[in-house]
Amino acid sequence: MPPAAAAGSRRSGFASGSKEEMRLLRNGEFVSGAVLAALGVFIIMEAREWEYLGPDGPGPGFFPLWYGIGMLVLSVMLMVIHARQAPAPASRGMAGTGRALATWAALVVCVALLKVLGFIVAFSLLALFIVRFLYRQPFGKALAVAVGGAVGFYLLFDVALNVALPAGMLGF
Amino acid sequence: MQGFAVALTPYNLLWCFIGVFLGTVVGILPGLGPAATIAMLLPLTFQMNPTSAVIMLAGIYYGSKYGGSTTSILLNVPGESASVVTCFDGYQMARQGRAGAALGISAIASFIAGTFGVVGLMLIAPPLAKFALSFSSPEYFALMCLGLAMVVLLAGESMIKALLAMLVGLWIAGMGTDLFTSTSRFTFGHSELLDGVDFVVVAIGVFALGEVLGNMEIREGAQMLPVPKGLRNLLPTWQDLKDCRFAFLNGSVIGFLIGVLPGAGSTIASFISYGIEKAVSRRPEKFGTGVPEGVAAPEGANNAETGGAMVPLLTLGIPGSGTTAILLAAFILWGLRPGPLMIQDNPTLFWGLVASMYVGNVMLLVLNLPLIPLFAQILRLPAYMLYPFIFGISIVGVYSVSGSIFDTWMLALFGLLGYAMRRLEYPSAPLILGFVLGDSMERALRQSLMMSQGDPTILVARPMSATMLFLAVLILLAPLFRKANAWRVKAIVEGS
Repeated sequence: MPPAAAAGSRRSGFASGSKEEMRLLRNGEFVSGAVLAALGVFIIMEAREWEYLGPDGPGPGFFPLWYGIGMLVLSVMLMVIHARQAPAPASRGMAGTGRALATWAALVVCVALLKVLGFIVAFSLLALFIVRFLYRQPFGKALAVAVGGAVGFYLLFDVALNVALPAGMLGF
Repeated sequence: MQGFAVALTPYNLLWCFIGVFLGTVVGILPGLGPAATIAMLLPLTFQMNPTSAVIMLAGIYYGSKYGGSTTSILLNVPGESASVVTCFDGYQMARQGRAGAALGISAIASFIAGTFGVVGLMLIAPPLAKFALSFSSPEYFALMCLGLAMVVLLAGESMIKALLAMLVGLWIAGMGTDLFTSTSRFTFGHSELLDGVDFVVVAIGVFALGEVLGNMEIREGAQMLPVPKGLRNLLPTWQDLKDCRFAFLNGSVIGFLIGVLPGAGSTIASFISYGIEKAVSRRPEKFGTGVPEGVAAPEGANNAETGGAMVPLLTLGIPGSGTTAILLAAFILWGLRPGPLMIQDNPTLFWGLVASMYVGNVMLLVLNLPLIPLFAQILRLPAYMLYPFIFGISIVGVYSVSGSIFDTWMLALFGLLGYAMRRLEYPSAPLILGFVLGDSMERALRQSLMMSQGDPTILVARPMSATMLFLAVLILLAPLFRKANAWRVKAIVEGS
């Protein structure tokens, strides 16, 4: 087998196959199974509030009830399969996940700032954070990407395509 | 001819070119697939004429298949799972100093098979659409069950996870106001959710942001990737072409036929065509060492699949993958409804799209053969410049649809969901398909039961729907049969 598979994992960003990855995956399977089981219960409870079968045929509760039951059954199956496997020890080495979650948190902050500072400033701050702190590039380069990107977005969308960007309290 | 009259207008030619160019670029770029690109650009097409918009988006779809082979051959890094097989012989050819020939064969195979796929689409779509005109709600419900079952079966290693992803998609599709009774469902008290969750939000969040967040786990993107030199001679030798003549045909036929099946996709097509090529070759032992037919067969299949995948999408309204699900949603957002009446009601769009795919394949050949060295330079684009741009365009894209900051919050939420799914190996295609088909599926089921006054046997009383539902159940039970067979074999072995 040529080394393409290994290369593929490099591309996808998830180094699959290592013991650590398998542990993470198995713990995650249990947690995701539990979350989906809870979601299934929630869907069933909600669906029971709506009409199941009316004089004209199935009501709004009909379809959700069945997929809610399906979700509950399948997620319990997932957890049972997990429980039958050997227990996974506590995981370490979450640096990659930390970077991804830090990026996501920065995105959330950017979205929160859209109403206050507008897209141009919020995007610049997001880009600055990613380039400077996550990719550890020099501040000047990070600033250039942030400002250049923001100006590029403004020229492309606001000016050329006439697509309004989210504006803040400053009016842009 | 009517189609060419549409596709060859300067305006549509321009959009076709933009589509195939962007497709080639995203095929080469690490961490950005055609599904994410189409999702991000979709909001920008709302002001366009739908025919031009679909010509461009389809161009991205099939153009990305051409670009995907470049990194497989040059760097042994498959851009998409469908390009994994191309690494086997393509990278070996490159190591032997024949990268140019490998890229040239890949482009030629892509052109031949891509064109074959379009011919197949042109010949099969009209009779299939005619046949599907006899479908009523029970048949549609059964057809959607069959399509989803196929996608679930082939989406990933765990069928349970694929089914769960699909059910989450159905749940998200169910948010909003019930069309039959106006009851609001799963809105959590937010009036913004009364109209349901916008498709663009889900698609961009799960595909684009999920993909970028996954790629953010590694910092290596900041380094420039090495691009081998010596790509000047991109024309394969006459002997190479002679060796590949069966591979071109094999890739074309296998790719198209597998493309027609929902869920199978180009990855399976490329593996099967490679396997067949090796099985019938007079030198099977040489496969994996750098034989040109090992590049031609999978690359051909990868490209012919696109034409095949368009058949169920355009004639039945059933997408077979995440990318075609996004294309289906695009049609719906433009006010069009792919299905049996599509060709009859929108002949300009249908035939214009088919003709543009011929034109696009020619453009891709012309673009790819001389310009591969130039395209390969895209790999030098550092990730720290690319990823902020993707975040920015995702926010602008979502905001431009509704002008709502609430949707940008939803985008962040679906980005996290997309990342978690990738991290925990839940396939995203069943979620998107469940989301796209959820509404129609519920409507078809409820209409069927209204027709029968609540009697569910209507779904199995009609031969077509009964057959399709039977097949769907069979597909979903297939892993259990396999497992039971494995236990039986084990018991026999242990007993003997």
